[in-house]
Amino acid sequence: MRLPLRLRLPRKIRRPRNRKVAVGLVILVVLVVIAIIGPALVSALLGQTAGRLHAGGPLEPPSGRHWLGTTTAGEDVLAQLVTGTRTSLLVGLTGGAISTTLAVLLGVISGYSTGKAGAALTAFVNVFLVIPGLPLLIIIASYTQGRGGWIMVALIIGLTSWPGGARVKRAQTLSLRNRDFVQAARYAGESRVRIVLLEVAPHLAPLIASTFLFAVVSSIAAEAGLNFIGAGNPNTVSWGTMLFWAQSQGALLSGAWWWFAPPGLCIALIGTAAGLINFGVDELSDPRLRARSPRAHRKAGRATAAIAEAS
Amino acid sequence: MSTTPPATQAAEAAETPEAILQAVGVTKRIPLHGRDRGHVVHALNGVDLTLRRGQILALVGESGSGKSTLARLLALGDVPTSGEVQFAGKPVRRADRRTHFGRVQMVLQDPFSSLNNLHRVRYILSRPLRNFARTSSAELEGRVLELLERVNLTPADDFIDKYPHELSGGQRQRIAIARALAAEPAVLLGDEPVSMLDVSIRLDILNLLAELRRRDGLAMLYITHDIASARYFADEISVMYAGHIVETGPVEQVTQEPKHPYTKLLLAASPDPDRPTAGSSEDLDEEDLAEPPNLLAEPVGCPFAHRCPDATPACSTTAPPTHTFAASHWARCWLYS
Repeated sequence: MRLPLRLRLPRKIRRPRNRKVAVGLVILVVLVVIAIIGPALVSALLGQTAGRLHAGGPLEPPSGRHWLGTTTAGEDVLAQLVTGTRTSLLVGLTGGAISTTLAVLLGVISGYSTGKAGAALTAFVNVFLVIPGLPLLIIIASYTQGRGGWIMVALIIGLTSWPGGARVKRAQTLSLRNRDFVQAARYAGESRVRIVLLEVAPHLAPLIASTFLFAVVSSIAAEAGLNFIGAGNPNTVSWGTMLFWAQSQGALLSGAWWWFAPPGLCIALIGTAAGLINFGVDELSDPRLRARSPRAHRKAGRATAAIAEAS
Repeated sequence: MSTTPPATQAAEAAETPEAILQAVGVTKRIPLHGRDRGHVVHALNGVDLTLRRGQILALVGESGSGKSTLARLLALGDVPTSGEVQFAGKPVRRADRRTHFGRVQMVLQDPFSSLNNLHRVRYILSRPLRNFARTSSAELEGRVLELLERVNLTPADDFIDKYPHELSGGQRQRIAIARALAAEPAVLLGDEPVSMLDVSIRLDILNLLAELRRRDGLAMLYITHDIASARYFADEISVMYAGHIVETGPVEQVTQEPKHPYTKLLLAASPDPDRPTAGSSEDLDEEDLAEPPNLLAEPVGCPFAHRCPDATPACSTTAPPTHTFAASHWARCWLYS
């Protein structure tokens, strides 16, 4: 049997109606664009690259030549920031994707399958749930000592951060599997795989989306954290290593705010963006929310108010 | 659709059409978990039930009497602890449930939860068409439109691309019925198919089901609390109590001359202008009757003994015999032997 996974895409890409979602998406898109073309742009326009030592004097404040100043080794902070954006986003997206995929797979399968297989899988998830994530992360990261580059960091973060999400998906799947429409799909001759993929999983879409956003942000934070405490590879350039060097070179004491503020703000910014986008994910699994725009809603509200007033 | 029997067959209740779906001595025990571990619920106890081609059998009884469990077993949504389900005389096993689903379809009670909100009507109806009728993509749309017309959702073009939330309760239940019909089943099991609907549209749905029976010769099981609708709609009626069928017979006979004390009580509890009001309901002590049956205990004797106004000592120790009154009207009670 062929599996006609014809996903119905929206007829045209609409501008998100929710203003919070729109702002969040704009921030995210800007950061992604910076990550993609930023390093090339900075080197073309300003002639700066992240790794170039003594591009300027030590700890120069922002100027026309160095828009975000320089580090103690005279590296250009802006060039480091845009390169770091690329690394941090790659780690965040990869780590988040690995973690979310594992969480969805293990959560949905352990929630949907009854009997021994489901129980064994649940036990497995529970064991991972009680292993403290951060110490495990630090131990593995100190063991690899930055070998394998950003992909290794993403892998470690992804493989240690899924159990919480899996537990949530499992709980939701348990409640969904006994709904009437799932039973009806069984009577309609649907296969197990199809029921899980097309009847149960779409109802988890908002949960999956918010888990993913949260996983991306926490992967970025974990990467920054690992590098900050020196468990990463200090020779790579990321928001985390920038903070590590700024801290170890005493940027705070010497008042070199241009060194530590930009990477810190970037981490805060991506967290904000994810939080804002989260406001819109409910629409994913509820066609009712899609059908009506907030403007029409407000209009309808005014109309009912007018009717109430008139009567 | 292709096997329309002569209309006379359905109309004449006198000649009994062939049995199509049967429960033979079906028993279902459900083990409990957690605090009540070790106990079992005796959901069904040796139940015999026969659905005949082109006939509607109503199944009535109070909540928790095992009506829905029986329907689920008949649909092979679950397996009986002992006894068997037979289709056209042959026992069906869990392994052939995909084939069974194609012949026996279920309409669930609540149309607000039985349709997945995320799928359009087109998708919902095309799935059984693909799974059972092996409909090709080219003719799919035509078949879906045909189904919509069969359940009187016209113009069908207006409904095919709707989401369930854009439909009313009655329309949703029609979609659920259309989905069941898509498999071209021989038997339709309705688990209280109208109880969640507004009173004003119940009759529409019942008439639709009656029409499908008349036109396509479907056998139907109609589970309900509403004896008046059973009388309007069904040919035969079976009364269930605590996992036992206590009385079965032609619907007019059972409702006009109930034999089993439980049936009498059940009828006394429902308003019916045709029934003589002189019942035994006044001299019943309501306190005694309020106690629900204990389904955890191993059934001994008559399940209704502790609530029965006519109970004798024998009732609570020995299972009552089956007493046949007319051709197909029987009750399980000590009163008649």
